[in-house]
Amino acid sequence: MSIFSFFSRPRSAPIARERLQLLLAHERALNGRSDLAAVLQEEILAVIARHIAIDRDKVNVKLDRGGSVSTLEIDIEMPVSLSPVKN
Amino acid sequence: MAKVLVVTSGKGGVGKTTSTAAIGAALAQAGQNVVVVDFDVGLRNLDLIMGAERRVVYDLVNVVQGDAKLAQALIRDKRVDTLSLLPASQTRDKDALTPEGVERVVGDLRDKFDWVVCDSPAGIERGATLAMRHADVAIVVTNPEVSSVRDSDRIIGMLDSKTARAEAGERIDKHLLLTRYDTGRATRGEMLKVDDVLEILAIPLLGIIPDSEDVLRASNVGCPVTLHNPSSAPARAYSEAVRRLLGEAIDVSVPVERKGLMSRLFGRKVA
Repeated sequence: MSIFSFFSRPRSAPIARERLQLLLAHERALNGRSDLAAVLQEEILAVIARHIAIDRDKVNVKLDRGGSVSTLEIDIEMPVSLSPVKN
Repeated sequence: MAKVLVVTSGKGGVGKTTSTAAIGAALAQAGQNVVVVDFDVGLRNLDLIMGAERRVVYDLVNVVQGDAKLAQALIRDKRVDTLSLLPASQTRDKDALTPEGVERVVGDLRDKFDWVVCDSPAGIERGATLAMRHADVAIVVTNPEVSSVRDSDRIIGMLDSKTARAEAGERIDKHLLLTRYDTGRATRGEMLKVDDVLEILAIPLLGIIPDSEDVLRASNVGCPVTLHNPSSAPARAYSEAVRRLLGEAIDVSVPVERKGLMSRLFGRKVA
């Protein structure tokens, strides 16, 4: 560590500002629909369950909010033997 | 025409109660007839900050439930005679407040006072929604810190959707009160600047209260900071905020501590 590091301490406020702007843009867009991930999980599950018997605990829905791109990640673990649902 | 003002924030510990007491007292000193109402049922503190904790007999819940008359529960301030306090109950929980009861009590207070200042509990549940329910004006108390700004954004959304005015399609006046501000740290880039918070929350600025030892000193003795040490930096900031609330157009600045020679030398107040 050089003695100059004291004078060039990284400024944390701009980071705070950026994080907040990003987060709030998304939270405002959701506008009370903070349960979006849960709603998606339920509906996606319902669709898949019509065709394949899946374990509810082995489904994972993740929302990741990035600066330019947001991703919706759906991770479903398939049973070993794909058994179609009998109607 | 009486005005109902809610002091709210979402996040706890940002200075709602301190601000309610300081603003209520400053409004009363400006000649307005003021009541400060504690909505934090179960965790009341406004009585303590106002120095009236030993005079509480009846409270908001008693009045809401009809067990006591409004006049019996109101506590007249001993320093400013146009200032009154309606304390919260300490032994009940927030479910003891009913929407109908609160509406009736706030209506009665409107008839008696010029300003009804409601100190909201933290959170976004029943207590907080009831405190903001009948407000005409809202002061959103925010610290220059990420979690406080995020929670304030949430509260602003609720003010625009959950209040009686919003539901009737009317506007609710929202003002930002930035508290615990440290100009030095903001200049050095260690703390969100006033402009950062204003840009993010996008509501007009009512005042900037500097982080100051005087606030704790006033609460220690149970006196609103605007009465305890009117010449202190936070007291001047609150008084200016109140003048803006009353319609005066004054530029917002951060009042600075006036240090005497002794305090400059020893780094603390001599008194």
